Amino acid sequence: MMRALRFVLAGALVACLAAPAMAQEETPVPPPQQWSFDGLFGTYDQAAAQRGFQVYNEVCSVCHSLEYLHYRDLTGIGLTPEQVKSIAAAITVPQGLNDQGEPKDGPATPADQFKSPYPLANPLQIGVTHTNEPADRAAHNGALPPDLSLMVNAREGGANYVYGILTGFSDPPAGMKMMDGMNYNKYFPGHQIAMPQPLHDGQVTYADGTNASIDQMAHDVTTFLAWAANPEMVERKQMGVRWVLFFVLMTGLTYAVKRKVWADVHH
Amino acid sequence: MAESAASTAQHGHPDVTRRDLLQLVTGATAAIGVGAVAWSFVDYMNPAQDVLALSAVDVDLTPIAEGQGITVLWQGKPIFVRHRTPIEIKSAQDVPMAQLIEPQPDSERVKAGHAQWIVLIGICTHLGCVPLGNKPTDPRGDWGGWFCPCHGSQYDTSGRVRHGPAPANLALPGYAFESDTKIKIG
Amino acid sequence: MAGMHKSEISNPLINWIDTRLPIFTMMQKEYGVFPTPKNFNYFWNFGALATVMLVIMIATGIFLAMNYQPNTHLAFDSVQHIMRDVNYGWLIRYIHQNGASMFFIVTYIHIFRGLYYGSYKAPRELLWMIGVVILLIMMATAFMGYVLPWGQMSYWGATVITNLFSAFPIVGHPIVTWLWGGFSVDNPTLNRFFSLHYLLPFVLVGVVGLHVAALHIVGSNNPLGIDVKSPQDTLPFHPYYTIKDSVGLCVFLGVFAAIVFFVPNMLGDPNNFIPANPLQTPPDIVPEWYFLPYYAILRSVPNKLLGVCMLFGSILLLLALPWLDTSKVRSAKFRPVYKWLLLIWVVWVIILGWCGAHKPEGVWVILSRIGTLWYFGHLLVVLPLLGKLERTLPLPESISRPVLVGGGPLPSGATAKPMEKA
Repeated sequence: MMRALRFVLAGALVACLAAPAMAQEETPVPPPQQWSFDGLFGTYDQAAAQRGFQVYNEVCSVCHSLEYLHYRDLTGIGLTPEQVKSIAAAITVPQGLNDQGEPKDGPATPADQFKSPYPLANPLQIGVTHTNEPADRAAHNGALPPDLSLMVNAREGGANYVYGILTGFSDPPAGMKMMDGMNYNKYFPGHQIAMPQPLHDGQVTYADGTNASIDQMAHDVTTFLAWAANPEMVERKQMGVRWVLFFVLMTGLTYAVKRKVWADVHH
Repeated sequence: MAESAASTAQHGHPDVTRRDLLQLVTGATAAIGVGAVAWSFVDYMNPAQDVLALSAVDVDLTPIAEGQGITVLWQGKPIFVRHRTPIEIKSAQDVPMAQLIEPQPDSERVKAGHAQWIVLIGICTHLGCVPLGNKPTDPRGDWGGWFCPCHGSQYDTSGRVRHGPAPANLALPGYAFESDTKIKIG
Repeated sequence: MAGMHKSEISNPLINWIDTRLPIFTMMQKEYGVFPTPKNFNYFWNFGALATVMLVIMIATGIFLAMNYQPNTHLAFDSVQHIMRDVNYGWLIRYIHQNGASMFFIVTYIHIFRGLYYGSYKAPRELLWMIGVVILLIMMATAFMGYVLPWGQMSYWGATVITNLFSAFPIVGHPIVTWLWGGFSVDNPTLNRFFSLHYLLPFVLVGVVGLHVAALHIVGSNNPLGIDVKSPQDTLPFHPYYTIKDSVGLCVFLGVFAAIVFFVPNMLGDPNNFIPANPLQTPPDIVPEWYFLPYYAILRSVPNKLLGVCMLFGSILLLLALPWLDTSKVRSAKFRPVYKWLLLIWVVWVIILGWCGAHKPEGVWVILSRIGTLWYFGHLLVVLPLLGKLERTLPLPESISRPVLVGGGPLPSGATAKPMEKA
């Protein structure tokens, strides 16, 4: 548990007291995976992120919006501006009002927000276009497929959790009663998730020829979603290395000056 | 103080002691750090990525009949797009440079092969009002171009200033013809 | 012209300004030559670090406010806009977000220093009380700031905490409606929280000014807890403590940078990445870590009004600390029993924080109750008694001549100043 880490001093003491009294957590913690973006020097594996984008585009975008992203952001996973332009142009999005005042559609440009499956009317195209919730729920038996822009940050376990959900579908264990329209998932709290298994072997034909197994697609789309949630990560970590080293240097320098200044004071 | 006197005697540099050099290096390194941080704050106020992405606009020319003009918004500025008649084109091309307040041939103000289209930033070069002349009911001034109601500046069919107080011709935005019926401004 | 200040400064431009508004002379006096005990340890850095944090929070906050939209329909989106599209927006935001945590860490350590070395004792009682006011303003500011991104935890945390006020009889519900500006946490609430969140840090600058002014009248305490006897006990603040504070600052900023650049969301809650939804409560409503001990105290009592009183009481009681602690000896260095009791108290505060992060059931409730009893017991029972009963160690003669003198509990009715028992 992330929160527990903040109270390291009391941790050992309390854990001894608390362990026997703590109820067993029913939902298992998803096992940690190896991610290209782990660690101080992590980056986004661009090939994986591009494959993941393909999975999002062909599979997930049918139900899930990615409303905080714009097509121009895709240069962040290594696509060229020309590729981005043609990807966008192949997608039809709302484009405000025509001269008769009716909503019109058209090919997307890099400046456009990612297409939402159920966009709320935003004729003046102000700010972020959100999902038309009642329409979305009506199409999904009352369940609302959440936006995925921040999903990797919005769940305990992050990327490991998202990967776990995508690969955690199976038949329910014997004796478990599933509610109407629900699907069994090993890592979803309560084990009953409204989303049917989204990934199946060979569902997508990867442009780079990689075999599209469920594990592969889950890994790739999770990498893509991790980038979508934290597009600044690589620059941030690179800056971090420089700044921490800078402060180590400055500590050394100021300490040396301090010693010189204090040299004539006998402690 | 005894220490610095001793080191002075050693190195014979009364003004520069080891301590001063260390302080200088420390201070300089700190200043670099402060500068780097300050740049982040300054750049924060520069146009954001979404603003930069909307820096170009497409205009469909088909609805603009000969003799008519429209105004579109680009980067917050009004852009005049006028479909000039052959008379307007000729009158723009035939003006001697000596008669112009800011001499500029019409050919430099239009795209080759598209002389019937004039695309201008519709901001008077005097004090920034938006001149009249696009609507059919608008006054166009004595040279058939545009007339600025604020202080009486007049522009010809090439957008060149012919009567002050404006000092310069109407500015040209960067634009290109994507096809004969579509231009991209910016 | 009579009474005009005559500046001693040599630079003619500075002299001209200083004659008319003696800020430079004041800076020379208060931060240049100011006699400061020479035996400070690094615990004395933390007040300066807190001031630096206040400046950083104000600077980053002002820039964030250039892009933030305080409207329930736009707030979450505006934060994403800052994170994704505004140049270095992610950096300014992460500095501000984690800066709040850093501000509380340095302030809590600064307070611990005060508790350990008796900095709250005469003649520094008012200094201490102003400090408690600073803590309260910080908490109000941080609470409102957390609401602004309008995530699930922003909304529900605001709902829970503002609802606390309904515990007060008769006036409770009207107060809550007044706070909300409506019938639930909604747009009017968000708007006013933004306004007040922008205002309070500047109020804080003023109160910190009073805090430093109060300090400079009586002078700093020191690790030995004994008064300064002569100039030999002191050093001018500049360059000795300006450089020493710089060292501490570099270490602190290094830690701050490591958090901002490598684990910026470690101290946050994943639920706040979900836009606020009044129709769906998250399974666990948890405040930010720096509020957790008080949250545990609040929930340790089954009675709503009593819980609220204990929540506010836990901090307000600190105002009375100079009078609750009856010991005449300041520094825990010479109070062996107090030292250990204080450290145990701190451990209990940490345990309370741990409890605050969990659902109030099972072992967490038991621990919260013991912790709450210990927290209040320490302040209300232990400290008053300990001062009378504790056998203190002999105090040194002075800071520069640490020759030991006297020691032990005072005979009742003693009138001699305990620090000068030679």
